[in-house]
Amino acid sequence: MNITGSCVNGILTLRFAGELDHHFAREALAALTERIDAFLPRVCVLDLRELTFMDSSGIALILRAEREMRTLRGKLILENVPEQPLRVLRAAGLQQMAEIRQ
Amino acid sequence: MKVNNEARVEFPGLSANEGFARSIAACFAAQLDPTLEELGDLKTAVSEAVTNCIVHAYPNEAGRVSLRLRILEGDVLEVRIRDWGTGILDVERAREPLFTTGGEERSGMGFSIMECFMDSLRVRSAPGKGTVVTMRKRISGKAGR
Repeated sequence: MNITGSCVNGILTLRFAGELDHHFAREALAALTERIDAFLPRVCVLDLRELTFMDSSGIALILRAEREMRTLRGKLILENVPEQPLRVLRAAGLQQMAEIRQ
Repeated sequence: MKVNNEARVEFPGLSANEGFARSIAACFAAQLDPTLEELGDLKTAVSEAVTNCIVHAYPNEAGRVSLRLRILEGDVLEVRIRDWGTGILDVERAREPLFTTGGEERSGMGFSIMECFMDSLRVRSAPGKGTVVTMRKRISGKAGR
C-alpha cells in the first residue's frame, strides 16, 4: 500500500496504490487525516486507479474521509475506482455518500 | 456432497497473513477458471473472515487460524475459516450491518460483504471456544458454465 498526494488550489488529491486491507488500515487512516489536517482542503479527491484490492477497511477509510470533509464543509470525490473496490463500495451503499468519477 | 479437491493451511493471526490467505484462496480457485469478478468476490470474503479472526478472536495474541478450501460437485467452492479464540456472544447481532466492536479503522461491514459476495454463509461460534465461518460460492467461470 502506497499513498501519495498533492494539494493545489484547495483540492487535495490522494493517490492510493496497492492493496488496502486491515493490515494497512491504520497507516492509511493516519496518512489521510494527517494530509487533510495539513491542507484543510475544499475538495478531497481519492484517486483509486492503482488500488488493486480493497475490503471493508476501505469503507472505514472512506467514511472517515467523508466525515473529515463534512467538518470542513468540503466535498469528497472518489476517482478512477477499479471494479473490485467499486463492488465493495456498492455492497456498503457508499456510492450515495461520495461522488464517484470514473 | 462429493468433495473433488481439498486444501488446508494454518497460520498465526497476524495481519500480514490477510493478504496471504486471500492469495491462497484465489490460487486454489484458479482450477475452476473463475472470472475476475468471482475471484475478486472470493478474495474480499476471505479477507473479511480472516480479519475478523485477527481483530476479534485474538485481540491480544496471534492465535491459530485455519483455512480449509474445498471444491464440491457442481463447481462449488467452499471456504471454511476457523479460530479457537474468544468466540462471538451474539452471532445475529454481529452479522448486522455497521455493528462493530472494533476500532475506528473497522466499518462493521465484514459479515454483510461476506454474505453479499458469496452464495451462502454460516457462522458457528461459542464464547471462549472459537468461531467457524463456512462460505460457499458456485463458480460459473469464464466459460459461463
